Amino acid sequence: MQVTMTVNGEEVTRDVEPRMLLVHFVRDELGLTGTHWGCDTSNCGTCVLWLDGEPVKSCTVLAAMAHGHSVRTVEDLEQGTVLDPVQEGFVREHGLQCGFCTPGMMMTARWLLDHNPDPSEAEIREAISGQLCRCTGYKNIVKAVRWAAEHRPIPAQATSDEMSVS
Amino acid sequence: MTAVEERPANPVGFGRMLRKEDARFVRGQGHYVDDLQLPGMLHGAVLRSPLAHARIVSIDTSAAEAHPKVKAVITGKTLESLKLAWIPSLSHDVLAVLATDKVRYQGQEVAFVVAEDRYAARDALELIDVEYEPLDPVMDARAALEPGAAVIRDDIEGKTDNHIFDWESGDAAATDEVFANAEVIVSQNMLYPRVHPAPMETCGAVAHMDRVTGKLVIWCTSQAPHAHRTLYALVAGLPEHKIQVISPDIGGGFGNKVGIYPGYVCAVVGSILTGKPVKWMEDRSENLMSTSFARDYHMHGEIAATRDGKILGLRVDVLADHGAFNNTAQPTKFPAGFFHVFTGSYDLQAAHCKVTGVYTNKAPGGVAYACSFRVTEAVYLVERLVNCLADELGVDPAELRMKNLLRPEQFPYTSKTGWVYDSGEYPRALRLAMDIAGYEELRREQAEKRARGELMGIGVSFFTETVGAGPRKHMDILGLGMADGAEVRVHPTGKAVVRLSVQTQGQGHETTFAQIVAEELGIPPEDIEVIHGDTDNTPFGLGTYGSRSTPVSGAAVAVAARRVRDKAKLIASAMIEASPDDLEWEKGRWYVKGNPTQGKTIQEIAFGAHGNVELPEGVEGHLDAECVYDPPNLTFPFGAYICVVDVDPGTGQVKIRRFIAVDDCGPRINPMIVEGQVHGGLADGVGMALMQVIAFDKDGNCLGGSFMDYLLPTSIECPSWELGETVTPSPHHPQGLKGVGESATVGSPPAVVNAVLDAIQVRHADMPLTPAQVWRAMQGRPFRTDLAIE
Repeated sequence: MQVTMTVNGEEVTRDVEPRMLLVHFVRDELGLTGTHWGCDTSNCGTCVLWLDGEPVKSCTVLAAMAHGHSVRTVEDLEQGTVLDPVQEGFVREHGLQCGFCTPGMMMTARWLLDHNPDPSEAEIREAISGQLCRCTGYKNIVKAVRWAAEHRPIPAQATSDEMSVS
Repeated sequence: MTAVEERPANPVGFGRMLRKEDARFVRGQGHYVDDLQLPGMLHGAVLRSPLAHARIVSIDTSAAEAHPKVKAVITGKTLESLKLAWIPSLSHDVLAVLATDKVRYQGQEVAFVVAEDRYAARDALELIDVEYEPLDPVMDARAALEPGAAVIRDDIEGKTDNHIFDWESGDAAATDEVFANAEVIVSQNMLYPRVHPAPMETCGAVAHMDRVTGKLVIWCTSQAPHAHRTLYALVAGLPEHKIQVISPDIGGGFGNKVGIYPGYVCAVVGSILTGKPVKWMEDRSENLMSTSFARDYHMHGEIAATRDGKILGLRVDVLADHGAFNNTAQPTKFPAGFFHVFTGSYDLQAAHCKVTGVYTNKAPGGVAYACSFRVTEAVYLVERLVNCLADELGVDPAELRMKNLLRPEQFPYTSKTGWVYDSGEYPRALRLAMDIAGYEELRREQAEKRARGELMGIGVSFFTETVGAGPRKHMDILGLGMADGAEVRVHPTGKAVVRLSVQTQGQGHETTFAQIVAEELGIPPEDIEVIHGDTDNTPFGLGTYGSRSTPVSGAAVAVAARRVRDKAKLIASAMIEASPDDLEWEKGRWYVKGNPTQGKTIQEIAFGAHGNVELPEGVEGHLDAECVYDPPNLTFPFGAYICVVDVDPGTGQVKIRRFIAVDDCGPRINPMIVEGQVHGGLADGVGMALMQVIAFDKDGNCLGGSFMDYLLPTSIECPSWELGETVTPSPHHPQGLKGVGESATVGSPPAVVNAVLDAIQVRHADMPLTPAQVWRAMQGRPFRTDLAIE
């Protein structure tokens, strides 16, 4: 079947099997591999992306269900060369280690801050409680989200040198 | 809101520094195995056994082969023709790649389909018809050796039972004598249940055999790419120089990604058969049900002491459930890993342990999940026994530990089972943890709450880790010595590249290994590129597990960097026209003693080394060095942990209120990264103590086969960790470093369990202390957690 949706601001159309999961659609059909596949049962949250502005676990959403809707993935967090403060916060507060849960965590964090710009530690923990991280023990993820709450987006010039290190 | 301040300058050497690798991860630009797309790539899927023990009567693959998108169907018969149906295990047993005669655990690999896409591959699995003849499954390790138990490994000639090995350590006679004369003996049965590391990324591989060049490239979730390459060469008979193993970014390992899994081998065979790249990524259930589990140790421990609380001896009998194949990953001489470090952190007179390994109808493995080769089990055993003794004697468990901890002047300390602990200041670490916790005040609060009927518990644990395997004369895996190579190369302009044999799974090697070189050479870490995870581009070594990267590979890098520095001295002497004996080093620069203005920076020397400086006799140009580091001993990080819990008396629900962790891993390369690793390990400990278990029902069904059933701690269960630090350098590591990756996973479970049992005033109940288990323990009838609840 043919599906058309807006992904990170661009309209895309693909022929896919009706049963194709949204996580496989963005990863395999669109090459947006920042969204990860971790459990199949909506427990781990490595596949979290936005569907019409709301975080969803894309391993339990069909690509067909996103037809006519808008999807935002981790690749859209950075605008031009300006990192989202959530991204910068994860770097500064060491909110990641292996990096596998990180995109999903950041998508949830950005949604939280859009709706609650000054969340408490308890509110942050509640927001990410449907997602698993095996490396960080969560403390630094909480700190990273707080950092993002306390800072504006970074001017491009300030980060381009350092963040170009790969 | 504040404007973004400048990022702090990076230290030239050790110190807090943001991670180099994060730039790609926060952009979703990591390169994990499943991200790889190659032209013409096919997809594999594994058909798995629904039964725990059954004879295979027949396998009919014809319908699957007729599927229009299927390119190959591989069974045990296909592999037999390639002599790959069975491969050597990591413990001198064999392991079925695809079952030929019987299936021996639920989830075992039976067939492999290669198809055009991952959905078609899964569809085709449904078309394979396997006829099984069910056999009695052996699910209870304690019944595995009973007469009449079904023999699981009848593939081994002459095998008539499920016994794998008996192994012992320590002095049995001396220990018996200590126990015969002891005033107090406390004994306790305890289970360290089967758990699974469950990294967020499952295991997988992309294999590509190029039929023209004969080169096999395997992108793989491997913690040990060099060991994998050699094993593929040895097992499959492929020429080693034509095999390239690439471990790209890995989404967590924790020991789950040490071994070679049947899926990897099938992907290789699939590529050989089709001539196309073949990707295989397991799903979460496959990961939990078939790949390397951890623990499953049924332990009977005894502790002997004087009435006034001096610990005298330990005696331990262990039944070790290894699953259907003995595939535990540990140095060859140590079938129970380093379990014989179970005397822990205490000064005692004698100790003895006996370990018996058995086969059961469960997935193979056993050494994984940040266990440091079973130091987790050892620490849990001794730290529970010490608490049982405190309970028996009616003394405070922290006080009892303080009284018996090894004293600083006893180091290097030779334990009663032969380990030589390198360095330690144990009482200082415990005191610091107690101070951070406000221990005495907590005990007062607890007394007040108890008087009101509230259940508050305080748990203490002290651990000695045993990491950095290991000296080649004692330690090998399948004959490969556990040394690691490193190469440091300084480019003409003074930038450098470091090549490692170890492989990060999130530990931050691209940052910390640059800092190791920076510390030795004074080159800024941002000027140092770290290359790892590609066997064609890095020196040989055994990889990252057992917290060995810093103690072994870190030492290799430090020594190689020092060799570069020594060579730089000779070149500097030629450039300055001074005797090398007259030169002194300050970080980043050789200069003339007494005349600091006359010197050359490492960058100037690097250009000189590649330029037209007339080099001293016997000195070759360029500026690089290598090292293969054979560690003289293991390193012994340690720590003191205190956990504070509140238990709901109505439901048995445990809430962790505080967790204090004081770690001593020697000097810290990057304190930020060390603290992060400790945080993660503490979460592991909370999970194992309260939530995680892979149990089975009597029919052999795995009861932890998805994240719906195998519960991992979330941000809600984890408290905001409180850390402390002491620094006791290792005397034999060139930079005094000890390693830390697994310390918190090793040390934290007994602290949590001790806290919960302290709250409910019960001597022992097995992990995980779920609300049901706590409730039952409060009623005096805790249950076995490895089997379905009766």
